[in-house]
Amino acid sequence: MANANEEVVIKVRGLVNIMGGNLIHDHLDLDVYRGEVLGVVGGSGAGKSVLLHSIVGLNRPAEGHIEVFGEDPTPHRERPKNSVQMRWGVLFQEGALFSSQTVAENIQVPLREYTNMSQELMNEVTAMKLSMVGLPQDAARKFPSELSGGMKKRAGLARALAADPELVFLDEPTAGLDPISANQFDELVKDLQKSLGLTVFMVTHDLDTLKATTDRIAVLVNKKIKVGTIDELRKDRDPWIQEYFSGVRGRAALAS
Amino acid sequence: MIDTHDSTAADARAALRMERQGKIGRLIAEGVWTIRNSALLDAHLRQLDISGFSEIAIDGSGITRLDSAGGWLLVRTKQELEGAGKRVSEFILPEIYAPLIHAIEQEHNAPPVEMPEHRGVIRVLENLGEGTIETAQQGYRMLGYLGRFTIELMEAIFQPRGNLRVAALFTQVEEIGINALPIVGLLAFLIGIVMAYQGADQLRRFGAEIFTINLLGVGILRELGGLVTAIIIAGRSGSAFTAQIGTMKVNEEIDALQTIGINTFDVLVLPRVMGLIIALPFLTFYADIMAMIGGAVMCYFDLGITVPAFMRQLHEAISMNTFLVIIKAPVVFASIIGLVGCFEGLQVERNAASVGKLTTRSVVEAVFLVIVVDAGFSILFSILGI
Repeated sequence: MANANEEVVIKVRGLVNIMGGNLIHDHLDLDVYRGEVLGVVGGSGAGKSVLLHSIVGLNRPAEGHIEVFGEDPTPHRERPKNSVQMRWGVLFQEGALFSSQTVAENIQVPLREYTNMSQELMNEVTAMKLSMVGLPQDAARKFPSELSGGMKKRAGLARALAADPELVFLDEPTAGLDPISANQFDELVKDLQKSLGLTVFMVTHDLDTLKATTDRIAVLVNKKIKVGTIDELRKDRDPWIQEYFSGVRGRAALAS
Repeated sequence: MIDTHDSTAADARAALRMERQGKIGRLIAEGVWTIRNSALLDAHLRQLDISGFSEIAIDGSGITRLDSAGGWLLVRTKQELEGAGKRVSEFILPEIYAPLIHAIEQEHNAPPVEMPEHRGVIRVLENLGEGTIETAQQGYRMLGYLGRFTIELMEAIFQPRGNLRVAALFTQVEEIGINALPIVGLLAFLIGIVMAYQGADQLRRFGAEIFTINLLGVGILRELGGLVTAIIIAGRSGSAFTAQIGTMKVNEEIDALQTIGINTFDVLVLPRVMGLIIALPFLTFYADIMAMIGGAVMCYFDLGITVPAFMRQLHEAISMNTFLVIIKAPVVFASIIGLVGCFEGLQVERNAASVGKLTTRSVVEAVFLVIVVDAGFSILFSILGI
């Protein structure tokens, strides 16, 4: 692989997942390098979310070995000072904002947990994060139930980015957004990746997003994973991958 | 002025110092300017002594790592210096961080967010006022809902047009009534035992053990049986109504029903409330019998009163009126529990927290109203001499 001498942030070896008696992942290997944007695609039920959940330690795999920053990502009962949880941020599909807290309080949860910032500085940083993800400042005092779907995603991203993580997981960040918001989201991910040097692990179905933001793409197909750039994958013989990139939608998105 | 800060990791130090050259200052930032060091850096930056300088250069060329928190501290310092009328002659940073600083400077010029104040007398008053208005509105809505229910019920009975869903009704009767038999039966049996035991203990002092049976007859049949059954069912079915209807509301299922053109009252509220009204009197009757069996068992073992003797004494203690009480009160209790449960379910907003909140409220309100109405019944019946 071209970037073999780069630092591996996520290392998956021989991952096997079985869900409800079905084999989902059959000995997957995956490396994600520092500073890259990796898109993960696959058909419905191909195990994209399961893969993400396994990497962030929410799902204990049947077999295999996962390292994030060289550490086991399973949640510890007692959190060590430099745990991986502090170094990553996760944006869940619906934002997963804490419904009893305002947006500002949501964003400050990781700050409170991991830093000893003064309330003043936290409020400043919160305002900055809101600007970064393109939310209006008056969203800070709103509760998640008062936000639209797109705003929830942005607020979720602001929370994921609050403690300046090195690695961000995005689960379908543009699903359910209008094309303009989706484009803005792509721009945002690219900007943040450029300015903060983030590593991004993004599960998405959005071909435009894949084209616009990702460096490499991982395709989950037949319980295995194939990784490559768009151009490399388009030459792949697998019928699902062919259909995906060369179907009507694929051609339209990639032609532009 | 030199400040060096220790941080959690030894290799992740950040440093900040001010060099003075006459009226020109040079603020030198070095090391790891990340979120982990931000609290200390922030504290020192806030105490920065800038008096006597007319021009200040910010030199961050020694910064080895910078993230958005560190970037913000630098940008904020620059903005504050400019705000204080100082000239910021230079703002040097390693080239790779230019996009980050650019993003912060260009896209962010809003003041810090304001967090709501959680303390203070004003807040208490505010809560009190909010609570009062909320309660009044709740009462108003409940009244409207009661009216609607009455109309729908009368229509269903007097102008039936298939709006009473019989299958749904029987499913509810099964769920509310038959499935509750074990728990209600066991609890009533135990209450019978406890009442008989405690009653016998007290009455024995007067040599009036036989009146334990009167105590059981009056205490359980007139009061406790109905009340306890209603409270169990409020906890079991009233909460379920709120949670079911509330979850449907969160999932937009209620909206879907309405757009299809189905009367939500007919399919959701009527079967539940009617099912409860049918099931609860039977459940209460069953609970009373179980409690009597419990009492009889205890009387036999504790007092040596045989079952035929127990029956004879019980027959004297109670009358047909007692039976009417057994049947009447549960119908009212069932209406209260069912109406409150469905009403609170329909009040759920489109978020998950709301379901839990309103389920709790539904049970509390139902139990409260049941006990209040029960007290009212007791007084009424004693005035009427029933």
